[in-house]
Amino acid sequence: MLSAPLLWLVVAYLGALAVLLVSAFWTVNSFTGQVVKQFTVANFRTILTEEVYRNVTLRSLGVAAAVTVICVVLAVPMAFYMAKVASPRSRKWLVIAILTPLWASYLVKAYAWRILLANGGPVDWLLGGPGNGPGYGLFAVILVLSYLWLPYMILPIYAGLERLPDSMLEASADLGARAGRTFRQIVLPILIPSVFAGSIFTFSLSLGDYITVQIVGGKNQLIGNLVYANIGAANNLPFAAAIATVPVVVMVIYLIAVRRSGALEEL
Amino acid sequence: MTLSGFSRWALRAFMALGLLFIYVPLMLVLVNSFNGDRTFAWPPHDFTTRWWSAAWANDGARAALLTSVKAGLGATAIALILGTMVAFAVQRFKFFGRDTLSLLIVLPIALPGIVTGIALDSAWRSVIEPLGIGKGLFSVIVGHATFCVVTIYNNVLARLRRTGVSLEDASADLGASPGQTFRYVTFPLIRSALLAGGLLSFALSFDEIIVTTFTAGPGVTTLPIWIFNNLFRPNQAPVVNVVAAILVVLSVLPVWFAQRLAGPDAGASRT
Repeated sequence: MLSAPLLWLVVAYLGALAVLLVSAFWTVNSFTGQVVKQFTVANFRTILTEEVYRNVTLRSLGVAAAVTVICVVLAVPMAFYMAKVASPRSRKWLVIAILTPLWASYLVKAYAWRILLANGGPVDWLLGGPGNGPGYGLFAVILVLSYLWLPYMILPIYAGLERLPDSMLEASADLGARAGRTFRQIVLPILIPSVFAGSIFTFSLSLGDYITVQIVGGKNQLIGNLVYANIGAANNLPFAAAIATVPVVVMVIYLIAVRRSGALEEL
Repeated sequence: MTLSGFSRWALRAFMALGLLFIYVPLMLVLVNSFNGDRTFAWPPHDFTTRWWSAAWANDGARAALLTSVKAGLGATAIALILGTMVAFAVQRFKFFGRDTLSLLIVLPIALPGIVTGIALDSAWRSVIEPLGIGKGLFSVIVGHATFCVVTIYNNVLARLRRTGVSLEDASADLGASPGQTFRYVTFPLIRSALLAGGLLSFALSFDEIIVTTFTAGPGVTTLPIWIFNNLFRPNQAPVVNVVAAILVVLSVLPVWFAQRLAGPDAGASRT
């Protein structure tokens, strides 16, 4: 009974992924628009050598890294407050308060920021007039992606910290450790796998995004936009596949790297 | 670790600011749906409820909502069956490739949406379309189910690991048939996990745009696709504002639902 749907997942989906990876080594006949199924690394050479593609790749990695760092910086104190400072009653409400926005539509949230950052919109108004705010652009992309993925970072960190018994923190204090040392030796080992777990979401989701960029990014492009443009307008599936392998390879390396910290158990 | 009064205060202030950061944009969407102007100029000059009636009368938005609900329900139904079966298989049996299977199930959601989208698109075109089933609502449902399985799988697997098999063994020892054991023991044990996972799966599907773009047949417009298509049309801005506001209000429902039916932990494990 398990076989038919699993067949879809294993054969069709994995097969398609494999074909996608293979087709990255094909090219398109520029005259007929037909795919030429002949092995070549031309696509990858183009991506690595042409400045446009190198820049977009680096920009996408930079955005994903910046979003992850911002999310960690915001999430750790919030999750710590929720798990260790707030009273059990308010803790429950805080978890709900963090969970609820997750159910609000991704597009709506991005759209909210389009309103906020519009020329003459609320942020401009707060800062004293049209054009005073950051407006649409790369900064807006990082801001909005951080906003979108922040709960994905808070929740695993909160879950990790909640499992840490308060008595261990007290024991550490009783044994004479200062707050800083307790943090380093007791809290941090719990924190690291949770942070990595959250970072899988923030990093991967940012790396593949091309919608937010279109909504608040102005003229900027990320990897996702290039892939999309090459499937659609340019109709160059092999090249799109070659670009798409970049985030896949990055994510696979990232997953393998963080797996050793036990992060995958925290998802 | 004993925190000083100051650090407690600082953490509390940080939390408050964080919540403000999370909620101000959502509130703004609500306010903006009553904005009489068609631009985003702030502060709004006149308030009106006429966009709400305009949105209600908008056929495109209503049809898109219906399509989204159908896709969400279909994908969740498939994901519930598949996710539960795989969770049982992984938890109860040892078989070749078991560890790989759990990684495989995470893959559709861990990879960037655009990659999953292209892969599903080409899989559909090369595997299903020759069978005579073109892309349409069904392909959206299958595409969504592919990445929704993980939500059910994770929830049920966690529940099965926690409950163990002793209750089922006891049921069997007392003479229950496998069917009875499933109905009276196993199913009640995993029911709330199914509910939490199902809610999550529905929400993921309802909100999905990237995979939908690649798997939808011509004429199939889900709500996110509709919003995205109308996002850059100044004329449609008021209606988009209202639809956005409705979605913000609706996002409270699943949380409330999960709280009522399954206790505070439900929905806490998103994917």
